[in-house]
Amino acid sequence: MTAKQLRERLELQLLSEPDPDRDVTGGYAGDLLSWVMGRAQSGDAWVTIMTNRNIVAVAALADPACVIVAEDSVVEPDVIALACEKGINLYRSSRTSFDLCCSIGSLLGV
Amino acid sequence: MSEPVRFHFDVAGDNFASAGEASVKVKKLLRQLSMDPETIRRVSIAMYEGEINMVIHANGGTADVILYPDRIQIVLSDTGPGIKDVSLAMQEGYSTAKDNVRSLGFGAGMGLPNMKRYTDRMQIESEVGKGTTVTMEVFLPEAAR
Repeated sequence: MTAKQLRERLELQLLSEPDPDRDVTGGYAGDLLSWVMGRAQSGDAWVTIMTNRNIVAVAALADPACVIVAEDSVVEPDVIALACEKGINLYRSSRTSFDLCCSIGSLLGV
Repeated sequence: MSEPVRFHFDVAGDNFASAGEASVKVKKLLRQLSMDPETIRRVSIAMYEGEINMVIHANGGTADVILYPDRIQIVLSDTGPGIKDVSLAMQEGYSTAKDNVRSLGFGAGMGLPNMKRYTDRMQIESEVGKGTTVTMEVFLPEAAR
């Protein structure tokens, strides 16, 4: 499933989608950036409530397929612009991390 | 024999907004050199953790990345407060970061353990009041040498 397909199926708000065809191969939830950096896998859909600029750096390095901001956490315009510049797919949802992960797991057949 | 390729970066202190810039640049450079993705991931993550540590604890420092035929070496140097107890600092979950740092999602006590996890060799030289130098090496897979 591609990042764009995942966004459509979960009805996520599109903030940045420079790489819509990126394959989503798994999921990861976490808000401690070093923890995420050490454990998330390339290709994961990363679900978090963190929205500072550093999530873009973490995403650029850990290489998830997309970042999904849960619970409508506020994302500043400069973070969205940076995500776009760095090639990071960034989405947002009103749903909780747990709820989003359940749906991602079921869509991916995990 | 040709000299190894070197990249040098200055890491600004106390600036979380730009923290990680050097690591992202290194990732891009290594991609341009057609390094294998797993090596790039390991080098850039280890370097990012080091960068963040220098921003949190040491008011910045320098980062040097040296490409040898068989390995990539990353040397992070600062003139910060130093690490009192290195073995304690190496434990997952141990952190001396302040609450403002934690609220940004850092300071979970995973930085140094992640750096060790993602590299093949890591050496910490630290003197309290003088500073810290962390040297990390990632060996290249046989096929890439």
